[in-house]
Amino acid sequence: MLDTLPNARVLDTLCPMHVEVDAQGAIAHIGPTLAQVLDATVIGKPFLDVFDLVRPQALRTMGDVRASCGVPLHLRLRDCHRTTLKGVAVAHGDGAVINLSFGISIVDAVGTYSLTSRDFAPTDLTIEMLYLVEAKSAALEESLDLNTRLQGAMIAAEEQAFTDTLTGLKNRRAMDHVMGRLIALNARFACMHVDLDYFKSINDTLGHAAGDHVLQVVARILVEETRAEDTVARVGGDEFVLLIREMEDPAKLAKIADRIIARLEEPIPFNGHSCRISGSAGTSRSSQYSPPALDEMLHHADVALYASKRAGRGQHTHFSPELLSLDLSEPTGERGAVHPDG
Amino acid sequence: MHGLMNRALQCFLRDTYGEETWADIMQQADLGYASFESMLIYEDEVTFQVLDLATQALGKTRDDLLEDLGTYLVSHKNTQALRRLLRFGGVDFLEFLHSLDDLPGRARLAVPDLALPTLELRELDDVTFSLICGNDVPGFGHVMMGVLRAMADDYGALAFLELDESELSHGVLRVSLLDEAFSEGRAFELARSAG
Repeated sequence: MLDTLPNARVLDTLCPMHVEVDAQGAIAHIGPTLAQVLDATVIGKPFLDVFDLVRPQALRTMGDVRASCGVPLHLRLRDCHRTTLKGVAVAHGDGAVINLSFGISIVDAVGTYSLTSRDFAPTDLTIEMLYLVEAKSAALEESLDLNTRLQGAMIAAEEQAFTDTLTGLKNRRAMDHVMGRLIALNARFACMHVDLDYFKSINDTLGHAAGDHVLQVVARILVEETRAEDTVARVGGDEFVLLIREMEDPAKLAKIADRIIARLEEPIPFNGHSCRISGSAGTSRSSQYSPPALDEMLHHADVALYASKRAGRGQHTHFSPELLSLDLSEPTGERGAVHPDG
Repeated sequence: MHGLMNRALQCFLRDTYGEETWADIMQQADLGYASFESMLIYEDEVTFQVLDLATQALGKTRDDLLEDLGTYLVSHKNTQALRRLLRFGGVDFLEFLHSLDDLPGRARLAVPDLALPTLELRELDDVTFSLICGNDVPGFGHVMMGVLRAMADDYGALAFLELDESELSHGVLRVSLLDEAFSEGRAFELARSAG
């Protein structure tokens, strides 16, 4: 009955991957593209011996398939490739016609079964899809190349940067650069190292957003309390170095430091909390050396800073050679620093 | 000009005339970079400046250089991805010719901001065609001439191509298909690895 279908040739052209199944559930005819995928021996075999019906799982027999009419079918070839197929069945006479396509497995299938453009109906979008897959992969590859190069350029730019992105202050590299130039020019200047007290507990209790906010406020204070010709740099998480030019009077420097510490101790509001910090400072002066060396001046400012910490924090110390003989072990025990408002 | 066009010019000059020639041209152009990025957009003047410097350096006319560029885009081993994309246009050269109208659309499908000039194929008779190239990119007709010559070879077709100089505003290519199955041509598999 089915082998005399008047529309067999029509279907071969329009649906080159269709299968005609007879009343016994055996394959009576396959379209020319499917013939390229399977071989002629499948004619006469039960449809369900050649195709594994994966979904819907409720369908088990050829009768179920006939009745499914229009429901999307997920099938798998019972060959060594286990190629997945999409299908739709229509009951015809006592049998059925099932049209198949590769669906998403097409990219592999064209290679596996050596398919060509001629194997697809001219209205089938498969060739366009394969074109698009290749074109998009090529375009994506170009984009990825560009991204990789841009990322490299960004890292290089960051390495060359002189600005601390969080605070807008100079960074350690810039500070080294400025200080090196001051020394080379025989300029007189003071190197003040400021370290925040109780900052760690802000980060620990209120989170990094609060910590970042505090650092930005601190940066503003340091800039406001110095002159335009001075350099303010953030050289570590909560460490700052101030290069104060043409200023060597210990009393004036102490006054600047005290003013900075007083302002650091003013509560900083953040999201309904009041963040309390303080600062310890230590200063070395270029006139203490002949000639001054960058590392030595920084180290001595650091020594003076730790003397301030040991003496109870929230204060400033000038470097003097006697400090070098002190025990420089770090002071311990941070006091709580967060007080909820209200 | 889309970076892909500049990149095509760069790869053509580099692969055909050597790294050094390319470096010399870019040094003379003094653009502040030595290489084009395919996914960026450049000022049109940049493209024509580089093209002019290349014609001077190589002692070729601009038209000849552009035609060689077209041939390169299909036939060089470094541009096989592009050749494959073109071969998706049709199973034989005739079908490919008929797909040219869609080429700008296909290009946009792959790279949305890539605007190719319009292409319109007219059938004069069964074996004679004229291809009218939009004039938004000067010299594009010469590039297409190189592309079509190389694609005819690729399909194994024997075709005679000439540029109609009478039409000044547009590039009009005259294509005479002498023998569609002149030689075997190059194989094209849908699956990429085999291509």
